[in-house]
Amino acid sequence: MAEDIKPRAVLDVSALPNVTFGTSSVTWWGIIGMMAIEGGVFALVIASYFYLHSRTNTWPPGVLPPDLLWGSLNTAIFLLSVIPNEWYRRRAHKGDLRAVQIGLVVMTLVGVANLVVRYMELRHLNCDWTQTAYGSAVWFLIGLHVVHLITDWVDTVVLTTLFFTPRIEGKRFVDAAENAAYWYFVVITWIPIYLVIYWAPRWLRS
Amino acid sequence: MSTSTVSPILPEAGDPKAQQLEAIWREPSGFIGWFKAVHHTTIGKRYMVTAFIFFLAAGILAGLMRLQLAFPEAHIMGPDLYNQIFTMHGSVMMFLFAVPMMFEALSVYFVPLMVGARNIAFPRLNAYSYYLYVMGGIMLFCFFFTNTGPDRGWFAYVPLSGPDYGPGKRADVWAQLITFTEVSALAVAVEVVVTVFKLRAPGMSLNRIPLFVWGQVVTAFMVIFAMPGVVVASTMLLLDRTTSTQFFNPAVGGDVLLYQHLFWWFGHPEVYIIFIPGTVIVSSIITTFSRRHIFGYLAIVLSVIATGFIAFGLWVHHMFATGIPQMSESFFTAASMMIAIPTGTQIFCWVATIVTGKVVLKTPMWWVLGFFFVFIIGGMTGIFVAAVPVDLQVHDTYFVVAHFHYVLIGGAVFPLFGAFMYWFPKITGRMLSEKLGMWSFWLFLIGFNITFFPMHIAGLRGMPRRVYTYGPGMGLTLLNQIESCGYILLFISVFMFLINVWMSLRNGERAPANPWGGGTLEWATSSPPPSYNFLYLPTVNGREALWDAAPNQPVVVGLHEDARTFLTTRIIDAEPEGTDEFPAPTIWPFLAAVATTVMFIGSIFRPVAVSIGAIPIAITLIAWFWPTRQEAARRRERDKWQKT
Amino acid sequence: MGAISQLAMLLFAPGFHGKQTALSPAGPQARTIEHTFLLIFWITAVVYVIVIAVLAIGVWRARIHGNELPPPQPANPVHDRIVARIVAGALGVSIVLLFIMLVSSYRTSHATSALAASSALTINVYGHQWWWEVEYPNKEPYKIVHTANEIHVPAGVPVTIHATSRDVIHSFWAPNIHGKKDLLPGYFNDLTLEVDQPGNWRGQCAEFCGEQHAHMSFEIVAQSPQDFQRWLSAQALSAPGPTTPQIAHGQQVFLSHPCVMCHTIGGTTANSRVGPDLTHLASRSTIAAGTLPNTIGNLAGWISNPQSIKPGCRMPPNPMSSTDLNDLLAYLETLR
Repeated sequence: MAEDIKPRAVLDVSALPNVTFGTSSVTWWGIIGMMAIEGGVFALVIASYFYLHSRTNTWPPGVLPPDLLWGSLNTAIFLLSVIPNEWYRRRAHKGDLRAVQIGLVVMTLVGVANLVVRYMELRHLNCDWTQTAYGSAVWFLIGLHVVHLITDWVDTVVLTTLFFTPRIEGKRFVDAAENAAYWYFVVITWIPIYLVIYWAPRWLRS
Repeated sequence: MSTSTVSPILPEAGDPKAQQLEAIWREPSGFIGWFKAVHHTTIGKRYMVTAFIFFLAAGILAGLMRLQLAFPEAHIMGPDLYNQIFTMHGSVMMFLFAVPMMFEALSVYFVPLMVGARNIAFPRLNAYSYYLYVMGGIMLFCFFFTNTGPDRGWFAYVPLSGPDYGPGKRADVWAQLITFTEVSALAVAVEVVVTVFKLRAPGMSLNRIPLFVWGQVVTAFMVIFAMPGVVVASTMLLLDRTTSTQFFNPAVGGDVLLYQHLFWWFGHPEVYIIFIPGTVIVSSIITTFSRRHIFGYLAIVLSVIATGFIAFGLWVHHMFATGIPQMSESFFTAASMMIAIPTGTQIFCWVATIVTGKVVLKTPMWWVLGFFFVFIIGGMTGIFVAAVPVDLQVHDTYFVVAHFHYVLIGGAVFPLFGAFMYWFPKITGRMLSEKLGMWSFWLFLIGFNITFFPMHIAGLRGMPRRVYTYGPGMGLTLLNQIESCGYILLFISVFMFLINVWMSLRNGERAPANPWGGGTLEWATSSPPPSYNFLYLPTVNGREALWDAAPNQPVVVGLHEDARTFLTTRIIDAEPEGTDEFPAPTIWPFLAAVATTVMFIGSIFRPVAVSIGAIPIAITLIAWFWPTRQEAARRRERDKWQKT
Repeated sequence: MGAISQLAMLLFAPGFHGKQTALSPAGPQARTIEHTFLLIFWITAVVYVIVIAVLAIGVWRARIHGNELPPPQPANPVHDRIVARIVAGALGVSIVLLFIMLVSSYRTSHATSALAASSALTINVYGHQWWWEVEYPNKEPYKIVHTANEIHVPAGVPVTIHATSRDVIHSFWAPNIHGKKDLLPGYFNDLTLEVDQPGNWRGQCAEFCGEQHAHMSFEIVAQSPQDFQRWLSAQALSAPGPTTPQIAHGQQVFLSHPCVMCHTIGGTTANSRVGPDLTHLASRSTIAAGTLPNTIGNLAGWISNPQSIKPGCRMPPNPMSSTDLNDLLAYLETLR
């Protein structure tokens, strides 16, 4: 037996915003989900690195640890990039188109710098993945971060391009803010990876 | 609390609101239109049908195994084919049936309905995840039919699956199957978490979330934290095999147990990922068919969450025979026994609900009773294998094969058939035949026990697992023959189920919106639901939305209905917070899945396929995301910014 | 109904008195394990029967009659409070029972591994695809014994199996005597076991290791300490020289065929360790890792075409004339 539809109690939601940031945005939650997954992968690879260490006597086995210069340089670039990143992230919350455009261009250039230095890092790891499990672990760990760096850079380039077209509206500012948040993930995951690749073999050498 | 079931609000014929919603939300038609679909019920049905087909295929493979094992030293097939068949049986059941059905299919179809939303979060990602899943499955079978099926067991231990002892491409195919199915499952997991956190109907506070939804969100979290284990294990395996990394080569610092740790970090939660949805199906059916609110809702929610956590602390119990330190043995035995406590809690709450309710003995309820009968035996044998000394006798024998079939079939397949009988009317708009359903049930219950109970004895009598044959003097012949006969009953049962489905679809009795008098929101709309799910978005007043509804329960108004608008609410109390738009149907998720498939399969043969293959994927993803002019213009005009 | 028949099958199934079964213990460890097994069995069986009985009776009494769907019932807090106490009680009892089983498991673990402290003998076992290399170490190199697939132990004495794999993961399992232990490349695992009385028992590989995993068995032969010493000394000796022309010809057949690529016969130039040591082949009761009894006929079939018995195994077919084969067999018969 169908109930009468009118009159009926209602909850009117017409006054609610449709451009929301942070925990109020589904995009934010999606990005957090991705971070959880990728963070889990990193954590397990780092755990594998230490597990393999526990199974050998010399570490690194028969090779020098990776050269400190390029890795530390990249770390410095990552840490400094927080400044323009945070600036444009906050301006995105306000819908400041010009600021977001500048910010995205700057971050694109920062990404290029990171990638160039990363290339130099790869040439100075002092180990070969085909020779030892240690080498395999080091290359796998840094390789995962390379993948993140490249995909985030491509993401940033696409968003930068979009922000110079007339197709911009509120939701795209949420995307820009999330892009900045994801950059934080790239930077924050780099810290433990940097410590493991560059410093662990120096600290663990015994 | 109300003592009646509130009727759903269904549109009259020609209702203008219904027509407008239908026009906006309708799935694209035609051949190309099939590939553009983004509605969760469409994708959910595809998941169900595809997963069931894989179930049937893996079941046939099991039949071939039972045929070979029916006679000692039989020559029906040689060891090479048998090894492919048992590996395929396990891999297809675990990766292509169990998780895709229990988690993906059921949550994609039912979670948005049960929380009162019009679609699942990230609908295009949902479509992509389905295409990737089905393409991965097709890939696997194509390789199997060309004698390149994986043959190292569903967990593919190294070094047997590694470059030295696993020649050809078989283990690479296995590793890539993992990649397909795990990306798919992870995508759905994120969608489920976001849907349950942010898209719930106003009034559906945390303590009013249906148990089915609780279970699926806990499962989603488990998927997110467990799957990285198998991602890393299978990637390391693939790298060892294709690019000469040395992760598992003891000669240069690698370790074979590293693989096992990484795999079982995933592997143990995996079985709870399969089982927890089973338990919440049971909760749902028991509630409806005992005609009372479930007893111990809070205890059950806490048990499900506890199970999800503890499941991550058990993995080493799969490695008791590898020579782990005694301290580890003790810890993991204790943890493995401890997980019986939350499961036991759920069982006692269910029994309490049933014995204090008014029990409607229809087929869904019979499958639930079968679940108790079968699963609890499996849970009990779990205690045997949790105890290290006993495990060291029965590990890798048919005893443990019996154990996991009792818990997996008892804990997932029985609830699943119950779920089919329960929700088939909702999904298809037709009722199934009770009579055929009961025949299927009894044949399955009896056939299952005849097939699997003797395996406990066979294991204790010395029969290891994964053996393509056994000697005539071992005392195993009669047991194996009984088991093989039991298979025939299982086969007939499933066949009868298929007949039931087919006849019902052709001219079964039309199903009303709420044939079982259920209380959750999927019953608040027609059978099957329209493309927009609910004529009016509901609000909720209690745990069983329809049973606890206020006499004039409010509905949501004020959303733009000329676009695919949805409402977001706050996590804890589900107060309305904002609105947003779902994206429109599009072909790009399908094309992105094709590009991804090409890259995944290419990388089996040439590692460089990863870099080259990434380019088409990037292109399809950019096209997927790129906004259209009309969309941007419409939204710009309506933008209402959050006050910061 | 089903539960009763299952129990019946377990109890009345024709005996567990086999040579490869966990429920016919022939040593202290298997016996202790069986105690824990039976404890868990009885506790879980009784709990199961009770839970199913409560459910069955409850369903029977609560079932509705007729087809009319009753409305959902209102909550009854008084009832539910009583039920909550019962549920809590049941949970409490379950926890206590779990604890009992846990303690039993710990005690058995401790008891079975404590035996290692008094181990009197170490035997090295190396897993291969699909056979067991067995080595009795000795400080004096010429007294080291190499054999395959058959492990002799002195009865009543703890013996440690010191095991690793030469290829993939295998698992050493002789259920009448003890639980299993994996053989892992890159690791050595120790398993101490003891057999009460002289006799033979079977074991089988219990970790999937490839095509012929199903045919990788071994035998444990327990002997009185004196018999064991006699056996060990005899095994350390080289093979006797040929005593008849036929046997000499048989030895020639062996030495001129691919056999020498993989096998050792002490006292000859054949000393490859790829395959099992054949110096005392005729003293063993089975061939092909426990697959066939060691008879002339079986040996003939095995040598001619191992692939028909263990397809995929590493031994190639050895076609030869029947005279050659007969002479070879005569020679192999002397390898006691």
